[in-house]
Amino acid sequence: MSTLSERILLGTAGEFVDREVDRAYAHDGTGVLTLEAWHEMGTHTVAHPERVYLLFDHIAPANSSTTAGLQAELRTFARSMGLHFCDVGGGICHQVMGEGSALPGEIIVGADSHTCTLGAFGAFATGVGATDMAAIWVSGKSWFRVPETIAIQLDGHLQNPAEAKDLALTYVGRLGMDGATYRSIEFVGDGVAGLSMDSRQTVSNLAVETGAKTGLFYADEVTKRYLSESGRKTAIQHPEECRYEKEMGIDLDDIVPVVAVPPRVDSVRPAGDLLGLPLDQVFIGTCTNGRYDDLERLAEILKGKKVRVRTVVAPASRDVLLRAAGTGVIADIVQAGCVLLPPGCGPCLGAHMGVIGEGEICLSTANRNFRNRMGVGGEIYLSSVATAATSALAGELAVREG
Amino acid sequence: MQIHGKAVCLGEDIDTDMIIAGRYLRTKDRSLWATHAFEDLDPALAGRLEGSVIVAGKNFGCGSSREQAPVALKEAGVLAVIAPTFARIFFRNSINVGLPVIESGCECVEGEDIMVDLDGGEVQTGGRSYPIRPLSPRMREILHAGGLVAYWSDKR
Ligand code: SF4
Repeated sequence: MSTLSERILLGTAGEFVDREVDRAYAHDGTGVLTLEAWHEMGTHTVAHPERVYLLFDHIAPANSSTTAGLQAELRTFARSMGLHFCDVGGGICHQVMGEGSALPGEIIVGADSHTCTLGAFGAFATGVGATDMAAIWVSGKSWFRVPETIAIQLDGHLQNPAEAKDLALTYVGRLGMDGATYRSIEFVGDGVAGLSMDSRQTVSNLAVETGAKTGLFYADEVTKRYLSESGRKTAIQHPEECRYEKEMGIDLDDIVPVVAVPPRVDSVRPAGDLLGLPLDQVFIGTCTNGRYDDLERLAEILKGKKVRVRTVVAPASRDVLLRAAGTGVIADIVQAGCVLLPPGCGPCLGAHMGVIGEGEICLSTANRNFRNRMGVGGEIYLSSVATAATSALAGELAVREG
Repeated sequence: MQIHGKAVCLGEDIDTDMIIAGRYLRTKDRSLWATHAFEDLDPALAGRLEGSVIVAGKNFGCGSSREQAPVALKEAGVLAVIAPTFARIFFRNSINVGLPVIESGCECVEGEDIMVDLDGGEVQTGGRSYPIRPLSPRMREILHAGGLVAYWSDKR
């Protein structure tokens, strides 16, 4: 009997296997070195262009002529090779891949560490670097060490104001920044059924912050329904009795709003301990928390009120933006005084738009609070959307009433 | 494969943003990454990397998948990195770019001579020797070829 990773990779934990990759993607950041390595490999072909995606999200649209030049080169390459290409404004690679492309049971490799997000669909989805990606372009394959698995058993239901992000930060805090290195995590138990696909992607997204290769959910009725909206038919994956390296239980009823204190994602504290922390910026978006559910919750909290600190919002994709525009969510957000950015990573990586200054504090819904990430000398606290929205209205760190 | 260098000691959980900050990624100029390596940790560090062997604490290279991180270290003249554990993407990237990464719990004295014997499976420094965790056969082949690009070219 096998774990989901073992079933998908067709091997047992500890074994090295060579496998065809079902989908491989890179973005404007990692694509540059990938293309360089691909040129050096000297084959001038892509084994399966129909399985290869290039998506522009990190610095999108370009912020300088250097960036624009690098992007132009990648754009030309993608078109000439017949790859799937998603230009600026399409959205964050992981989000776009999760809008009907990623399917249960697939092996998905992305040249970005947060590829683990797609584990939410019951796919073995993991991040690699540029040269590994170039080798996949050339051969269509990669090697994998079948990982040992840590099971996180979820029971109960999340209670307002706690949300999936609080669950995610809580398990990262418990496992620690290297608690799952080389491992995969499986989220199992009765509590899973109550989590939407948007929530599951938030939970899988943070798996890499524990060092994990991926964070998997078994495809169930919720997955099936979500994918059917994009016209995809999928089967359900049933967990088998199997040997986990370690098991950890979390009762969702016990989850409270938490914050990750810089500069570590695993230094997680109840948000209630930090009430009144002065803020210079609030940022809502990213591959962790820029989905429709997130924007809807943000609008619900902001509607008819005004933010008291500069608040930057970036929808995770064009689809998210369109849906939120259609339902009035965007109007509520903009009327509340937020700055709306184009779909993409936005300020998350501190490269352009929403960069913070020396000594400034940003409360962000992203997944990393490493030193200087959003700007030299600035500090990043990580929280849920509800905590970020409530704090934006208060002008300081505040927690939504339950 | 034997490597001789001077030890540079670093702490635990050094992330890839620390190794090379995101603001320097939008270029293909490798020398720029070498100059700015570890800038946010200690701006003087880049100048001491030529001919060094980095000995770090656990979970070295955690964070993003940026391959510029091991490339920056290699360009700056780092001969090898030793740590009890590495973040997996960084580990794989390092092998792919031909930077030896060694899992070993060795003591570090700044500036001390250090010798890594990859085939013999040990690290020697300060008059003591420490075992190293063997690489998988595939990773050893890639490293011996000088990286994944060379490995691929050799195969064809
Ligand atoms: S949103 Fe942030 S964490 Fe996610 S892919 Fe973009 S830069 Fe990386």
